[in-house]
Amino acid sequence: MAVKAVKEYVFDPADTQEKMGGAQLTFIGWLDHLMFCAPFAFPFPPDMPFGAIIEAVLPGAFGQHPEFAQIDWSTVVWTKGGQPFHPDPSKSLAENGMRHKDSLTFRAPGLTGIKGTSS
Amino acid sequence: MTDIANAPKKKLGLKERYALMTRGLDWETTYQPMEKVFPYATYEGIKIHDWDKWEDPFRLTMDAYWKYQAEKEQKLYAIMDAFAQNNGHLGLTDARYLNSLKLFLTGVSPLEYMAHRGFAHVGRQLPGVGARVACQMQSLDELRHAQTQIHSMSNYNKLYDGFHSWRHMHDRVWYLSVPKSFFDDAITAGPFEYMIAIGFSFEYVLTNLLFVPFISGAAYNGDMGAMAFGFSAQSDESRHMTLGLEAIKFMLEQDPDNLPIVQHWIDKWFWRGYRVLTLVAMMLDYMLPKKVMSWKEAWEIYAEQNGGALFADLARYGIRPPLGWQQACDDKDHLSHQAWATFYQYQAAAPFHTWVPSEEDMAWEAEKYPDTFDKHYRARFEEWTRMEAEGNRFNNGTLPQLCQVCQIPMLFTEPGDPTRICYRESEYNGETYHTCSDGCKNIFDHEQEKYIQAWLPVHQIYRGACFGPDADPTSPDFNPLLEVIKWYRYDVGVDNLPYEGSRDQQNFQAWKQMTTSNAPTAG
Repeated sequence: MAVKAVKEYVFDPADTQEKMGGAQLTFIGWLDHLMFCAPFAFPFPPDMPFGAIIEAVLPGAFGQHPEFAQIDWSTVVWTKGGQPFHPDPSKSLAENGMRHKDSLTFRAPGLTGIKGTSS
Repeated sequence: MTDIANAPKKKLGLKERYALMTRGLDWETTYQPMEKVFPYATYEGIKIHDWDKWEDPFRLTMDAYWKYQAEKEQKLYAIMDAFAQNNGHLGLTDARYLNSLKLFLTGVSPLEYMAHRGFAHVGRQLPGVGARVACQMQSLDELRHAQTQIHSMSNYNKLYDGFHSWRHMHDRVWYLSVPKSFFDDAITAGPFEYMIAIGFSFEYVLTNLLFVPFISGAAYNGDMGAMAFGFSAQSDESRHMTLGLEAIKFMLEQDPDNLPIVQHWIDKWFWRGYRVLTLVAMMLDYMLPKKVMSWKEAWEIYAEQNGGALFADLARYGIRPPLGWQQACDDKDHLSHQAWATFYQYQAAAPFHTWVPSEEDMAWEAEKYPDTFDKHYRARFEEWTRMEAEGNRFNNGTLPQLCQVCQIPMLFTEPGDPTRICYRESEYNGETYHTCSDGCKNIFDHEQEKYIQAWLPVHQIYRGACFGPDADPTSPDFNPLLEVIKWYRYDVGVDNLPYEGSRDQQNFQAWKQMTTSNAPTAG
């Protein structure tokens, strides 16, 4: 469908990668841990290795959760855009096929939040 | 001596006067074609054949309007003055209550002003004179509501924090982009869509869920000032509701081709309005010290019962209840808990105070939400209580993903599964866009060109568009989030952060004590 307008109606998107200074917006949610009310948004350099997300980014974002320290990253299950995703930690985001504004989730088997309530 | 019998009548009869002052005020233009005088009258696809079929929903002429409104103003300002002069703020149940007013002042009062502008614009653009007179009155009502709200709440600005820069904040602050984008969306639509968006969906279907909670909340918590502006606005609101209803019936009666257009607008604007009401839900259930009713109870009365009757009535025109209606009804058990948890953890980023519910309040939540509170939400709040006791209050310092349409953080869960966040995605011209629900995705997919322009606060912060002129991102101790809230004009550490220990809390306690004892006060 198109916007109904009195004249031509064409505008640029407000948040392309170019407008973000080249940063690749990436959204990451931890399933079954709704103590964090919503998935997070991060601006990443596209050449950053995926492993840096796990080592350098997520501890600062999710570390306050009592279960965070128990995550076994070798068993974590990722999705991208709702589909199974098998990232290689040593490769860059771009090499892992990630695009601007991709939405990732991860699930840590066995961890189901505070008192098992997905909190 | 004058011949009394033959003198012209000085006064017109009511009926005559009404006809003269509401009809025949327009004319067919000759210097310019009518379509240039009313350039927005047809492009939305709404077909109107006879504007004389417009039934004025209220028989009010402008002169009578001024008289009634002036009388209401006099009464209202007398109450507001008395409240201020008698230190009415000390009669509040608790200074916590003021945080709901801060939410109202930053989130709702600027919308009243936008409604004033919107109805002025629509009143100019609709070709029918009856509708134009009605829009003119509503435009003035909305201006009056904005002003009376600001005047009423300005009393608190002298004494409490967080009331100072509401207008500045409305255009910048992350959660205020929710109500702001709602109204910007409406006012940039055509005149007929605006009438459905604001006149019908918001003023008719949802208005009781906004005003009754806030104004009853004021009454229950000793705020005569806010209560008085609420009552003063009430008779206006009933006029607004009838205007919205007349507008939709008129469009549907004029041409059968209008039905699918109107139905889509109802679907869209019900959902947009419902998403804005997320703020009201948490206000009712978490922010009022003395609670009025739960969000769930309010939804059942004002949406399910009243709205249900309305849509049953409109069924004869072929209108069905809005898409998303059932989901909104199902979500009534979850909405407020998910919303307050969000503000609690982003405490640094809101210009009002937050707190974890007390044991007593959690018992109230459990009683009002027997199916969901203990099962899904209590553990979260108890964990935060524990963390606070350890001096380690939960503070979420990472920016959330936002919905492209409602602009709320993606905090809503899947219909039927409160343990999973609801993710929806759309592609448009090679870019990905995320929405929080089927309702918002549906809106996006209908008008992608409009929503790709959305000013999403999180993305704008990452673009570097939300710092003041003196911020220096190259400085080694640059703290981006601190710079953002300085740009929001928060008095950092005073307006935001927990209620416990806040200046509002301390002052209120000290001032209350002065009214009941002779204890010396500090400072």
